[in-house]
Amino acid sequence: MLDNAWIIPAIPAVSFFLILFFGKRIPTKGAAIGITALGTSFVLSCVAVYQWIDRVESATGGKSSGLAAFGRSLVTHGAETKPVVEPVLHHVTWWSNAGIDFGVGIRMDGLAVMMLFVVTLISLLVHIYSTAYLHNDIRYTHYYAMLSLFSAAMLTLVVADNTLQLMVGWEGVGLCSFALIGHWWEEGANSKAALKAFMTTRTGDIGLLIGVSVLFWAARSFDIGKINAYSLSPRADHGMLLVAASCLMLAIIGKSGQFPLHTWLPDAMAGPTPVSALIHAATMVVAGVYLGARLYPVFWNGFSIGNGGVNFMVLIGGITIIIGALLAFVQDDIKKVLAYSTISQLGYMVMALGAGAWVAAVFHLFTHAFFKALLFLGAGSVSHSGSHHSFDMKKDMGGLRKFMPITFWTFIVGTLALAGIFPFAGFWSKDEILVTAGQSGYDFFLIVGLVGAFLTAAYMTRCVYLTFFGEYRGHGHPHESEPVITVPLIILAVFAVLAGFLNAAAFHIEKFATWVEPRVAFPELVHPAFDYPKAAISLSMAAIGIGVAAFFFFKREKMGKLNGLTERNKVAHAGYMFLVNKYYLDALYENVIVASIRGPIARGCYWVNQHVVDAVVNGAGKGAKATGQWTYDYLDRKVVDGAVNGTAEVTAESGGLLRYFQAGRVQRYALYMFAAVGLLALLLLIANI
Amino acid sequence: MPFVLSTMVAQTVVFWIIAVAMVAAAIGVVRSQNVVHAALYLVVVLAGAAAQYILLVAEFVAWVQVLIYIGAIVILFLFGIMLTRAPMRPDGPLDNDQRFAAGVVSLFLFGVLTALLVDAYGDAPQIHPKASMVLKGSPTAIASSMFRNYLVPFEVVSMLLLAALVGAVVIARRD
Amino acid sequence: MTLNNFLILSAFLFCTGLYGTLARRNAVLVLMSIELMLNAVNLNLVAFSAFRENVTGQVFSLFIITIAAAEVGVGLAIVLLIYRNSRSVDLDQADQLKG
Repeated sequence: MLDNAWIIPAIPAVSFFLILFFGKRIPTKGAAIGITALGTSFVLSCVAVYQWIDRVESATGGKSSGLAAFGRSLVTHGAETKPVVEPVLHHVTWWSNAGIDFGVGIRMDGLAVMMLFVVTLISLLVHIYSTAYLHNDIRYTHYYAMLSLFSAAMLTLVVADNTLQLMVGWEGVGLCSFALIGHWWEEGANSKAALKAFMTTRTGDIGLLIGVSVLFWAARSFDIGKINAYSLSPRADHGMLLVAASCLMLAIIGKSGQFPLHTWLPDAMAGPTPVSALIHAATMVVAGVYLGARLYPVFWNGFSIGNGGVNFMVLIGGITIIIGALLAFVQDDIKKVLAYSTISQLGYMVMALGAGAWVAAVFHLFTHAFFKALLFLGAGSVSHSGSHHSFDMKKDMGGLRKFMPITFWTFIVGTLALAGIFPFAGFWSKDEILVTAGQSGYDFFLIVGLVGAFLTAAYMTRCVYLTFFGEYRGHGHPHESEPVITVPLIILAVFAVLAGFLNAAAFHIEKFATWVEPRVAFPELVHPAFDYPKAAISLSMAAIGIGVAAFFFFKREKMGKLNGLTERNKVAHAGYMFLVNKYYLDALYENVIVASIRGPIARGCYWVNQHVVDAVVNGAGKGAKATGQWTYDYLDRKVVDGAVNGTAEVTAESGGLLRYFQAGRVQRYALYMFAAVGLLALLLLIANI
Repeated sequence: MPFVLSTMVAQTVVFWIIAVAMVAAAIGVVRSQNVVHAALYLVVVLAGAAAQYILLVAEFVAWVQVLIYIGAIVILFLFGIMLTRAPMRPDGPLDNDQRFAAGVVSLFLFGVLTALLVDAYGDAPQIHPKASMVLKGSPTAIASSMFRNYLVPFEVVSMLLLAALVGAVVIARRD
Repeated sequence: MTLNNFLILSAFLFCTGLYGTLARRNAVLVLMSIELMLNAVNLNLVAFSAFRENVTGQVFSLFIITIAAAEVGVGLAIVLLIYRNSRSVDLDQADQLKG
């Protein structure tokens, strides 16, 4: 399957067309096609994972198998000897011109198979979940068609071996995100949110386009392997790579919801909850992080990550962690809490990449996919069966743990994993980020990460409290959801618990790193050992966060003066309003930037168009007409016609003159003839004497 | 030498007498106001030409000249004059209004030709009619030359005569 | 007799005949003047034949006589036709080709 991994994106693509054309006519309205397709893709992805693990193990001398012949070579890196495992590459050239090759291909290495596994698993679970969540929905079939198309595009992006194919997948997931967010477009707010998501990510896509072009000019190729090799070679142009890395960073900011283009993610919660789980938690938003991980040597060289010190990537990631976490405190909508939480966690991943913690970032991507999808699907379950399709925690939820035990316990598992509590998955991945940041010289960001951990634990506790504890404030009849919803929750909870152990550094398990970290065209990174003191500090930060928040909520009556602080105190209230208005960023974007473009700038452009451009065009037209008129009057009538008429007149006049010689009398002609003969004879005589 | 001299002088004298007669008759052809007189003057010219041919030891040509020209062509002319003279109509002046210009052109051409001839043949030797020339001008010699060297022109001229005969009949007949 | 005697005589006859063709009104007189010109040419040829002692000149003069005869025949036929059509052989009145 490693060699034929192109089948994995192809199956959902085929299912997209099948659902589109035949979905409405079959009994399950297209869901069966989608589930079958994703199921098959998931199975094939598992095969690919197995094959890759096999490949790595046989090369490194672990449990070997029949694939031992591949990639066996020993490369000395400093004091370590690390066997090189080549990725599996297949490429089909569509057309090539002047040395530039355009084609599609697959680049199967650890990162790709990991992503395949994650994307197909979560997509499959979302497909199954949606049969209940969107039961009797008015656009059920189209929903499944777009889910299949999204899966196909994401998988294309994941297996891509050249930046152009990656860009195709990138744009495809952007389009599907737009379509799925605006699934219930009858509500104006939903279609606005879809447009906002699309436009904001599009702003980032400018960066992607320019970045890919600059990389092509630098490395003379679109192939990812060649680009990475170029970036690490001595002849790499640092300036160009800096430009390329900055442009690609813009793309990551747009797609992965980093500050300042994070504003679309919360609004994207207008879409159906399974969509939020799939796209805006586990897969699409991590496409940016995936880009950073795939083309890491470009960033490594461009941002000089290996030299320590603040660079653009780590700075943006750090800022995003904090602002996302702070905003999650003031949300009443459970999905928005999770959305800001996603922004914050993506900030962790980007910060990790910027600090040189590649394995940590990718591992966090891996674990985050599971527990965030779990949290979103849990919120969906709450809305579906608990709060009568509402997401407002303050108004419609509360005390649901009595009514929805499975949802409650899986949500708790997800929260603990997110908060980073031992031994859940989030602990291992977040901890590795913090440790690597601390040891690579990015001390400030270690502190940022710790603060973020505190905040994460706190806001998630608030969320859990408001949803599951206290008295039920809603109007519906809460009950547990059907198995189609709860079984995926349980599956994801299992992963949320166990996934972390793949790279449990405390137990010296580094399987994830071994399998996933690239060994070809990859810089030499720092791999710190498990640091017990730092782990203890982060664990305690998370515990303190939970404790403070729990105390605040559970023992509200003991808070006394702190209760209602934000309503009484002006400074606190200002801070609260600042957060509620999302740092006034939306106001900045919409009322300042967009309005100014829409208003004055557009009017100015229109004026230029009417008075300058049109003036030039009209002037050209008038000039042409005047020239034509002048040409007609002078050249045509006077000169040309004059010549023609003059010739005719001369001919007539001369004819009139010559007419006198035509007397009609033959003897007259004979006279002329002989006179001429005589003259000629005379001339001959004179000439010859 | 005296024989030669005397024959030379005799031939020159004869030549001059005939030349003067020819010149006068020629002028009479073109200046006479009577058509018949002009035809008769033409006879004089033609006869003079025949005499000159005899002086140049070309008897056959002289005989043919008399036979054809004077004997047939002039008769034809007289017939033509007869058939085209309107009865009882006075002859108007027989010269048109360009006779001065014609005279000028003719004199001019005569002058040019004379100058040319004097310049070219001014110092050419005399023509001595010899006994050998008689043989050369005999019908035998002419016939052998014509039927050996100039047979094709002879045949062509025969065709021409036929064409002229047929043409004249076609043109002139009343239909 | 010098050659030039004959040649100048023939030149005179030719120019006289030329004057006649240009200046005469009667068509028959024009034909007669043409005969004068032809005779001048004949005289030229025979003179040269005697001068060069070559019989070719006489042969050609015979041809010219023949052709002259044919030409007079056809010419007079045409003149008769003109006379029949316009009752006159005055060439001044035959100016239908006037431009």
